[in-house]
Amino acid sequence: MSESTTATLEAGTTTESQRTHISMQQALNRALDEILSADPKTVVFGEDCGQLGGVFRITDGLQAKHGESRVFDTPLAESGILGMSVGLAMAGFHPIPEVQFDGFAYPAINQIVCQIARMNYRSRGKLPMPITLRVPSFGGIRAPEHHGESLEALFAHVPGLKVVSPSDPHDAYHLLKYAASRPDPVIFMEPKSRYWQKGDVDTSDGGTLTGARIVRPGRHLTLVAWGAMVARCLQVAELAAEDGIDVEVLDLRWLKPIDAQALATSVGKTRRAVVVHEAPLTSGLGAEVAQLITQSCFDTLKAPVERVTGFDVPYPSGDLEDEYIPNIDRILLGIQRVLEYRRG
Amino acid sequence: MDSFLPAVAAADAAPLASEQLRELYSLMAAVRYLDTSAVAWQRQGIIPGYAPELGQEAAQVGSAYALDTARDFAFPTYREMGVARTMGVDMVAYMSTHKATWHGGMYDPLASRLAPIQAVVAGSVLHAVGWAHGQTLSEEPGVALSYFGDGASSQGDVHEAMNFAAVMKAPVVFFIQNNGWAISVPTERQVAGGSVAGRAAGYGIPGIQVDGNDVVAVYEATRDAFAHCRAGNGPVVVEAMTYRRGPHSTADDPGRYRSLDDERIDAGKDPLERLRERLLAVGAADEAFFAAAHEAARIEEELIRTGIEALGPRPGTEMFDFVFQETTPALENQATRWREESEHV
Repeated sequence: MSESTTATLEAGTTTESQRTHISMQQALNRALDEILSADPKTVVFGEDCGQLGGVFRITDGLQAKHGESRVFDTPLAESGILGMSVGLAMAGFHPIPEVQFDGFAYPAINQIVCQIARMNYRSRGKLPMPITLRVPSFGGIRAPEHHGESLEALFAHVPGLKVVSPSDPHDAYHLLKYAASRPDPVIFMEPKSRYWQKGDVDTSDGGTLTGARIVRPGRHLTLVAWGAMVARCLQVAELAAEDGIDVEVLDLRWLKPIDAQALATSVGKTRRAVVVHEAPLTSGLGAEVAQLITQSCFDTLKAPVERVTGFDVPYPSGDLEDEYIPNIDRILLGIQRVLEYRRG
Repeated sequence: MDSFLPAVAAADAAPLASEQLRELYSLMAAVRYLDTSAVAWQRQGIIPGYAPELGQEAAQVGSAYALDTARDFAFPTYREMGVARTMGVDMVAYMSTHKATWHGGMYDPLASRLAPIQAVVAGSVLHAVGWAHGQTLSEEPGVALSYFGDGASSQGDVHEAMNFAAVMKAPVVFFIQNNGWAISVPTERQVAGGSVAGRAAGYGIPGIQVDGNDVVAVYEATRDAFAHCRAGNGPVVVEAMTYRRGPHSTADDPGRYRSLDDERIDAGKDPLERLRERLLAVGAADEAFFAAAHEAARIEEELIRTGIEALGPRPGTEMFDFVFQETTPALENQATRWREESEHV
């Protein structure tokens, strides 16, 4: 335990302003470390965040370094964690609470929707809620029930909340620091299946962090994804390239506000789009993305926007997980449907 | 219910001076006048709705009187008009929530030290705990005063708040106004065990049940609870036993769930009348004082009513202005479209 703590924090302190190859878990840990160092009003808390360092070790070593008043364990009660965040924000703190797993955000929905999202409005801007709620999100790790949910549409639908999801270590590092620096509540959805994937992180330059990002340019079709699905879409793009299909992959990153301009630019160029997400189809964020694309690209679209998503079923057990999450074949079929579309 | 407060609480427990007793009466009279007037305003169409606190003047004035607005912070639900008045909140701004001008009221919560009015009744109890813990982290002396009722105590957030506060030794006073009714449901059908203060023991928190119609008793219990918190001993539960003499709101019909006879019997003695008798008994006030207090309350009510009537509707753009500190392109687009379409209508 102490060895991993040391290793994690050293990775976060010895490579300032340079490129480093670390996992998303390390990137997030490093970002939190730097946020805590830079802003004395920041507090990190949740279930098992302290001595254990979080069940995913995202807060590993932070309590030892920053003290028990800055990084602390709470009783096991999500509404309490989020309601307490409201009071701390009212007292001038910058809370970075964690709910341990996505499904455990449900017990806190009252505080998230009725309180965190509305307090700025209710108080006519006098009580901002600079809360960054970290939510280990999405499936793919064969976890028990309620440990793999895709809540982005639910959160994005709530006025007063912003929602972002990083897809790689570089973005995880920079987006978390950016989100924590903003004066509004941000739901930070961490793709837990990507925690242990390594990638290059340029700590000195985060680039533009406010909108979507093209992670692979292409000419024939745009795949729109976020979080864990970005990596899968990149795999799909590689395979499609073997058949001469040049796929552009757009990492939406911000699920609210959605970068409508980036969608318009990309699909304006490729004229075809497939949205990929793990969440159920009906009333999912794919519908919102498809509408935004339709609105800006209706005249030039060569096919209706296609969606490849999870199904309208409760998130299934591990044995069925691979059937539920959009896999490479389903995404390729979605691409095929769009490419082969013929007007009635 | 016994008080379990340690001796530290009683250290500065000087009895209230005559001047303070008179001030408490003046506050209660102002609150009574404004409260009954607000019901009349609703009947007259000046405001669309109101949640009266008739009978709870002693609980609200007495508790808020113990609060120091230089360092403490109160967290109300929607029936704390007497608390707001005692804290010196701009009452036109406070009443504007009942005028349907703005959810949460128009007062500045930071300047007034009163959190925005809200209807999810246990939601703010956790906010009080978070704010109180912030005092601990900042090494500041403030105490959070969390107001809620017997009905709210059924919600899980109250349980979580008491547990969090006890674990963290947060300086928060949980002040329950047990007014006997959660809209139409009486306490015995709402609070298992019959006492919210009784639950405090389960969290290792001192719990006090106090006569909520005795303003001096309420003040002293709250003052002791504040001293307990400020000395670093963690939270306290104070349950003021009172009675909601009026309806839940101006939309409510108490005749469907209780009779006038029941009301008379259960409500007990009027808290204003009790203080009046006390003042007379100790020679702290005379009839001229009471007459002057009521005249002042009448004049104050007139001023507030005039202010309320003068409140125009808010400009529609504000609907979009306060969603975020940093707005979004989508919201800007919606505001633009709203402006364009409004102009066409």
